[in-house]
Amino acid sequence: MLKNLEIPSMITEKKLKDLYKEMWTIRYFDEKVDQFFAKGMIHGTTHLCVGQEASASGSIAVIGGKDKIVSTHRGHGHCISKEGDINKMMAELFGRETGYCKGKGGSMHIADVEKGNLGANGIVGGGIPLAVGAALTSKMKNENYVVLCFFGDGATNEGSFHESLNLAAIWNLPVIFICENNQYGMSGSVKEMTKIEHIATRSEGYGIPGKIVDGLDMFEIMNTVHEAVEHARGGNGPTLIEMKTYRWKGHSKSDAKKYRTREEENEWRAKDGIKRFKDALIDAEVLTEEEAKQLQEEAKTSIEEAVEFAANSPEPSIERLEEDVFA
Amino acid sequence: MTTREITYLEAVREAMSQEMRENEDVFILGEDIGVYGGAFGVTRGMIEEFGPERVRNTPISEAAIAGAAVGSALTGMRPILELQFSDFITIAMDQIVNQAAKTRYMFGGKGKVPMVLRTPAGSGTGAAAQHSQSLEAWMAHIPGLKVVQPSTAYDAKGLLKAAMDDDNPVIFYEHKLLYKTSSNVPEESYKIELGKADIKREGTDVTIVATAIMVHKALEAAEVLEKDGISAEVIDPRTIVPLDKETIIESVKKTGKLIVVHEAVKRGGIGGEIVGVIAESEAFDYLDAPIIRLGGKEVPIPYNPNLEKAAIPQVPDIIAAVKKTVRK
Ligand SMILES: Cc1ncc(C[n+]2csc(CCOP(=O)(O)OP(=O)(O)O)c2C)c(N)n1
Ligand SMILES: [Mg+2]
Repeated sequence: MLKNLEIPSMITEKKLKDLYKEMWTIRYFDEKVDQFFAKGMIHGTTHLCVGQEASASGSIAVIGGKDKIVSTHRGHGHCISKEGDINKMMAELFGRETGYCKGKGGSMHIADVEKGNLGANGIVGGGIPLAVGAALTSKMKNENYVVLCFFGDGATNEGSFHESLNLAAIWNLPVIFICENNQYGMSGSVKEMTKIEHIATRSEGYGIPGKIVDGLDMFEIMNTVHEAVEHARGGNGPTLIEMKTYRWKGHSKSDAKKYRTREEENEWRAKDGIKRFKDALIDAEVLTEEEAKQLQEEAKTSIEEAVEFAANSPEPSIERLEEDVFA
Repeated sequence: MTTREITYLEAVREAMSQEMRENEDVFILGEDIGVYGGAFGVTRGMIEEFGPERVRNTPISEAAIAGAAVGSALTGMRPILELQFSDFITIAMDQIVNQAAKTRYMFGGKGKVPMVLRTPAGSGTGAAAQHSQSLEAWMAHIPGLKVVQPSTAYDAKGLLKAAMDDDNPVIFYEHKLLYKTSSNVPEESYKIELGKADIKREGTDVTIVATAIMVHKALEAAEVLEKDGISAEVIDPRTIVPLDKETIIESVKKTGKLIVVHEAVKRGGIGGEIVGVIAESEAFDYLDAPIIRLGGKEVPIPYNPNLEKAAIPQVPDIIAAVKKTVRK
């Protein structure tokens, strides 16, 4: 235990500081992307995870380099947490040759297969069965890695979610299903679109553990995911973890947010996961105000550098169009 | 008839709203079609007018909502399903292909499935590989489905009325880049029969059969070609099932040359079917040059805007194809 903080043993003091900076990196990255879209500087669409940094950072903090993740359309945070390269991410959003997908994928398809990020996904619920398959490989080849499978609340109304939980359950696969419940799909609220109070209770139908965590509390997230990871590594199969969180921005780029109230937004903003993490770290004397400021500043600078890198990168040539269709 | 200029998007909305005022059995279901107004804003204002019973905002469950449309159609309702992006039909496929399309035939002519599946298709918005496809040829291959692709606001309104009146499942493709285009549209409800092509421009030297957004690119090409002394006829089939073979055959008999252009991937695209129709018809004897098909490259739609444009036919490609054909 580190200075009265109850956290998994692999989380060192240095790691806590890194996580704090990482959360700011995610926030600054998406705020920058938001500005670019608002100015019409980026083509296409994007889904921002501002406000949801903790569920990405806290979950991925407790897995190792060999472990894998499956991300979603709201995937910039997951990618950054899984040691993603923000230069390549920004370059991808700019549609450049140096981007993660050589400019062919854009925000919704950023993947870093070498680092174990099996990709964002444009299809809601599309990644969930893939995570089951990746966990199957781990089991069949004795690779002993686990898979963190991220998806939203809305995705749990897709058949793919239900079929995947059942399959992973009966085969005891090492996959942790992480529902980032940010209260809404594009506009449909969890209250309107389900008849249950907690999505985690859907685990009961598949005979696997279900956990509900405060998705803005880094410590609760790390501990719960860690426990599920240990459970999975021990050959005991999957867990469904629901993280209650909130997206601060509109669904994609911006929207009129007619489906929710400004009061509700303010209530959630007040629960800011980054601020809470900082306060806890200062309380535990892991960080000083001064250091916190410095880490935040470093995160901001790294984004400026990523923009610079992206802006100076070449566009893919037309000859690239027909490459990469087949292996 | 009083007409005024409205957008393609408004024409679609107006057709639905007029029909819903007339017929209690018509309702719409889909994701985010309530206060959000749909991903592209087509249903904006409709929940306010018709209420949540008839403008049903659904969970993200394409298989279930497609099936609910089929089942309600089979039992007396006339649903309009808005599928947020046409790519997501993959998730609804069983209900559309194995159920909706086949029910009546399998039941020996009993029951009917009067539903319209409206869905935005096509590239050009930077939404990349999973949100930009043109899969209409898949649907056209299935006996029991009708497939509509309006290219103008006027056509959209009249064809949607016909689709809603039809007692069969109709897949109605709206092209995203056409939503903001406008044309003169009558205020009152009217119908454009499914299976009637429209000659969008008359010409004598070459026939260009184009679908959806390619109609506009073909018309642009025809303008340029006119300056070079080439008179191109542009035919918009408007519905690919049923296909108005006669209009195309007659045009080819007149011009002796044929270019077919669509955005969907050329391989396996509907262009092959149209060319096949000509090859099997009396128009074959009138051909003076090999037919040219233009279609999307055999690649998923890429994100980068330059690559995205290069993945599908553009005006210069149509001009070049015509010149090659006419020179023969
Ligand atoms: C199969 C499918 N249906 C619909 C969409 C359109 N869409 C994209 S994101 C989204 C909302 C997803 O909600 P949720 O799973 O809660 O994730 P969040 O956006 O809240 O992170 C919708 C409806 C899609 N991309 N794929
Ligand atoms: Mg959500």
